[in-house]
Amino acid sequence: MIKRTLVILFLLGLGSLFIALMQGYTPDTELNLTGRYYAEHTAQDIGAANIVTAIIVTYRGLDTIGEVTVLFLTAAIVGMLLSRGNHKGKSLQRELPQSGELLTTGSYLLVPLILLLGAYVFINGHLTPGGGFQGGAIIASAILLMLLTDPLRHFSHQLITIIESVSGLLFVSIGVLGMFYAGGFLDNRILPVGDLGSLFSAGAIPVIYSLIGLKVGAEFSSMLVNLSETEDS
Amino acid sequence: MVQIAMATGFILILMGLYGALTNHNILRIIVSFSVANTGVNIVLVAIGYMHGRTAPILNEVVPVAQAAARIIDPVPQALVLTAIVIGLGITTLMLAFAYKLYERKGTLDISKFSELKW
Repeated sequence: MIKRTLVILFLLGLGSLFIALMQGYTPDTELNLTGRYYAEHTAQDIGAANIVTAIIVTYRGLDTIGEVTVLFLTAAIVGMLLSRGNHKGKSLQRELPQSGELLTTGSYLLVPLILLLGAYVFINGHLTPGGGFQGGAIIASAILLMLLTDPLRHFSHQLITIIESVSGLLFVSIGVLGMFYAGGFLDNRILPVGDLGSLFSAGAIPVIYSLIGLKVGAEFSSMLVNLSETEDS
Repeated sequence: MVQIAMATGFILILMGLYGALTNHNILRIIVSFSVANTGVNIVLVAIGYMHGRTAPILNEVVPVAQAAARIIDPVPQALVLTAIVIGLGITTLMLAFAYKLYERKGTLDISKFSELKW
């Protein structure tokens, strides 16, 4: 009882802080300095129609490498934590009920379409709202649908690892190429910038974002597969 | 508009923290953390919003010359995109640890794990 009262008191304090923050907040009417720079320079410097993509892949590309590294670490730690229980559980596989006609047939129809949508989202990341992370998540949702249909389905860990490592390696090497042929690490102008708004524009951004999409999709899939394989123990 | 979105975000943060502090089941605590995380993201996006402007994508509606006057701030959006991905990684890690804890003790009740309590 005392604990709950303390929690409520703490939250009331935090809530009054939030209310004070909200009352003191006045919305901007103009872009701040950083936002204005990105809005004015993206079109001629980067050539990407989607400014958020330009920020993530080029202006702040180094941070994106860090982000992808964090995801890779997470996938590796999850794999390491859950791998030991796996050997023990191999003999304990229980009989699962059939997943049902609708889910099975529906997944045959939907999985290729979802994969296609994922690829579309990350290839068009520099033109439309979307990009590598979103496309990767969509691809992983196709894997999730396959796992729901058949929870004991075996996915090749080796294939997932190969896709992940190759795309990560290519991502970093494109970044290094930018140091030699353009302005610096991860500069997208190693390829022609092209016309604003066409598919083959914005230099290396579509290539980099596709690689990020493959890598993120492989990482999410390996997390899903690892978490699902614990279920049978 | 901004006030509604911001208030929703703050309420979600408070709800998530309340759930994380009062629940005993580890899975419920993880869900509460996800709710609080969503609240933080909503507040960040709401701060970047400006009335009467559109998404930071250049096309026929937003010509390059008028971009600075027509788009909302792209920086919070890029930040939240990163935050969502990292949040997902944290959630996965918490789930994996929860599984390991369940394997050791056969329970998910947080009050049964008293090794680090003083």
